Amino acid sequence: MLTANWKLPTEKLIFAPILADIMIQDINILNEKDTRSGFGEGIVEAARRNPNVVALTADLAGSLKLNQFMKEFPERYVQCGIAEANMMGVAAGMTVGGKIPFTTTFANFSTSRVYDQIRQSIAYSGKNVKVCASHAGLTLGEDGATHQVLEDIGMMKMLPGMTVIVPCDFNQTKAATIAVAEHEGPVYLRFGRPKWANFTAPEQEFVIGKAQVLAEGTDVTIIACGHLVWTAVEAAKELTAKGISVELINMHTIKPLDEAAILKSVQKTKCVVTAEEHQANGGLGDSVAQVLARNYPAPQEYVAVNDTFGESGTPTDLLEKYGLGKDNIIAAVEKVMKRK
Amino acid sequence: MELNKLKDIATQVRRDIVRMVHAVQSGHPGGSLGCTEYMVALYFHIMKHNPAFNMDAKGEDIFFLSNGHISPVFYSVLARAGYFPISELSTFRKLNSRLQGHPTTHEHLPGVRIASGSLGQGMSVAAGAAMAKKLNGDDRIVYSLHGDGEMQEGQNWEAIMFAAHHKIDNLIATIDYNGQQIDGPTDKVMSLGSLQAKFEAFGWHVIELKEGNDMQQVITTLETAKAASGKGKPVCIMMHTAMGKGVDFMEGTHEWHGIAPNDAQLENALGQLPVTLGDY
Repeated sequence: MLTANWKLPTEKLIFAPILADIMIQDINILNEKDTRSGFGEGIVEAARRNPNVVALTADLAGSLKLNQFMKEFPERYVQCGIAEANMMGVAAGMTVGGKIPFTTTFANFSTSRVYDQIRQSIAYSGKNVKVCASHAGLTLGEDGATHQVLEDIGMMKMLPGMTVIVPCDFNQTKAATIAVAEHEGPVYLRFGRPKWANFTAPEQEFVIGKAQVLAEGTDVTIIACGHLVWTAVEAAKELTAKGISVELINMHTIKPLDEAAILKSVQKTKCVVTAEEHQANGGLGDSVAQVLARNYPAPQEYVAVNDTFGESGTPTDLLEKYGLGKDNIIAAVEKVMKRK
Repeated sequence: MELNKLKDIATQVRRDIVRMVHAVQSGHPGGSLGCTEYMVALYFHIMKHNPAFNMDAKGEDIFFLSNGHISPVFYSVLARAGYFPISELSTFRKLNSRLQGHPTTHEHLPGVRIASGSLGQGMSVAAGAAMAKKLNGDDRIVYSLHGDGEMQEGQNWEAIMFAAHHKIDNLIATIDYNGQQIDGPTDKVMSLGSLQAKFEAFGWHVIELKEGNDMQQVITTLETAKAASGKGKPVCIMMHTAMGKGVDFMEGTHEWHGIAPNDAQLENALGQLPVTLGDY
C-alpha cells in the first residue's frame, strides 16, 4: 500500500535484472505514476523502432494512454469500437502481412470476454499478437467487480505458447512494452489503472522470463508481481527492521517462469510467500507452488484473493479488505517462517 | 483454366472428400461437397497465389476458411493445387497428421494461415489481413468463406460493421447459403432473415450467386466481385449451394453435415463421381 513517508530518490536505483548485494532499504520511490502510462510511452517507443507495430483499441484509447501513439502514427492506429472479439481476430489477421498488433482494452475485456478468440485465432494459431491489458485487479477501484478481473493470469498462462508478463511499475511497464515488441509470439501484458510507486530504473533492460531479485536475504523469500511488488518492498522494509532477512523477487514474467531463480532462493531461505493481485487459484502463487512441489517442497503462504469477487472502493481500501496489504504480507511471512 | 478442366478437378475433389471422410468415419462431407466449385474456382482460376507457401503472402491473394469443419474440401484443393503431396490426404484426422479435423497453422500445413473451427472468427481475421495489405501497399485481395449458420455467431456482425467502417474494400467474403446446419434447416434452428439486406444495411456491396454449384456462374460472380472491389465497400457474395452436392443421397439435407458414409454408401457415391485426375 501507499504510504505517506516515501523518500525521493537520492540513493542508488535498482537496475534489472540483478545487482548483487542490494539492500531492501536502498529501494526508494522515484515518483508516483500509473503503469498504463508506462505502456503508453512504451508503445510509442516500440513503434518508433519498428514500423510494423500497430495499435488496436476497443473504444479505450484514452484509458490505455494511446494519445501520443495516435498523434505520431495515425495510420497505424485501428479503432475497433466496443467489439473486443472482433479486435482479437483483426489483430490475428494483421499478423498475416507481418504486422505486430498490440490490442488495448481493460484486462477483463482482454481475457475472459475473448478467451476463445485468443485461444483459437491467436494462441493456437501462433500469432504475434500482444494482448495489452490495463485496469487489472482490485486496484481498478470504484468500477467494482464487473471490471476487476482477478482470473486473467490463470486463463492466459494456461494457453500453450502464451507469454504472460506483469510488470511492477511505470518504468518497468514501459520497458516491458518495448521488449514484447521484439519478442516473436503471443504475449499477455498486464498492468493497471492507479498511480502507484514508481521505483525501478528509468532506462532498464527488460528480460522476458528473468526474475528480478530486488533484495537478497536468508530467512524468507517473497515473490511478488505487479502492484504487489511495491507492497512487498514496504513489507520487507518493516521485516528487515524487525531483524528478518528477506529475499525479495519481482517475478514480472509469470510464463515462462524463472524456475531457477525460485529454487535458488527457496533452497536458501526454506520458505516462501507469494503476493499478487489475483485469485489464489491459478495465479503466480500456484505457478511457484508447482515448481516447488516438483523440485523442492517448502512451506508457502499465499497473499492473493481468496476465491471471491471484488467490489467498489478505493484501491488501497480494497487491497486492505481483500487481504493484499503490507500487513498481510508481514503476517504471511511470520506464519510461513514458523512452518519451516 | 478451361471450364471442363475446372469441372474435372471439382469431380476429383469430391471423390477425395468422400474417400477422406469414409476412411476415418468422421468429418464433414455435406458443406465440403457444396463448396467444391467455389474452392476449385478460387485456387485454379481466380486467385494469384503461390503453393511454395509463404505465411505473409505479400503480393498474393489470400483465402481464409472460417467454417473450418469443411476442411476436406480445403485440404483436397490445397493438395491438388500443389501445396503439399496429394498422398497426404490419406492422413486426414489421423494421429500425427498435419491434416487436423479442423484446419490449423499449428502443424504447419502449407496453405493454412489461421486455425478455424470454433465458428465466427474468420471474418475478423480476413478483415485484419485485408487491412494489413492496405498498410503494406499490397493491392491483392483477401477472400473468405463462411457458413450461413455461422452467421448466428455475433462476432461476425462486429467484423461486418468494422470492415464497412474502415472501408476494407479489398475483402470478398462469401457466405455458403445452403440453408442447413447440424440441427436442421437454418430457418427452423435460428432464422437468418435476409442476410443480403443485413449486409447491405451494414454498408457492404452484396452480390447474389444463385447457382453456387455451377462452375461458370461461380467464376463469373467471383470476377464480378473482383471488379466491385476497391470501391470503398467490402464485398459479400451470397452463394446459394446445395449441401452434399454431387452425391445424390447426400444432397440438400442437413443429415450429411457431419457424418461419414459406410462402405456401401461410399461405393454408391464414387459411382456418381468418375476418376478424373487419379485418386490419392
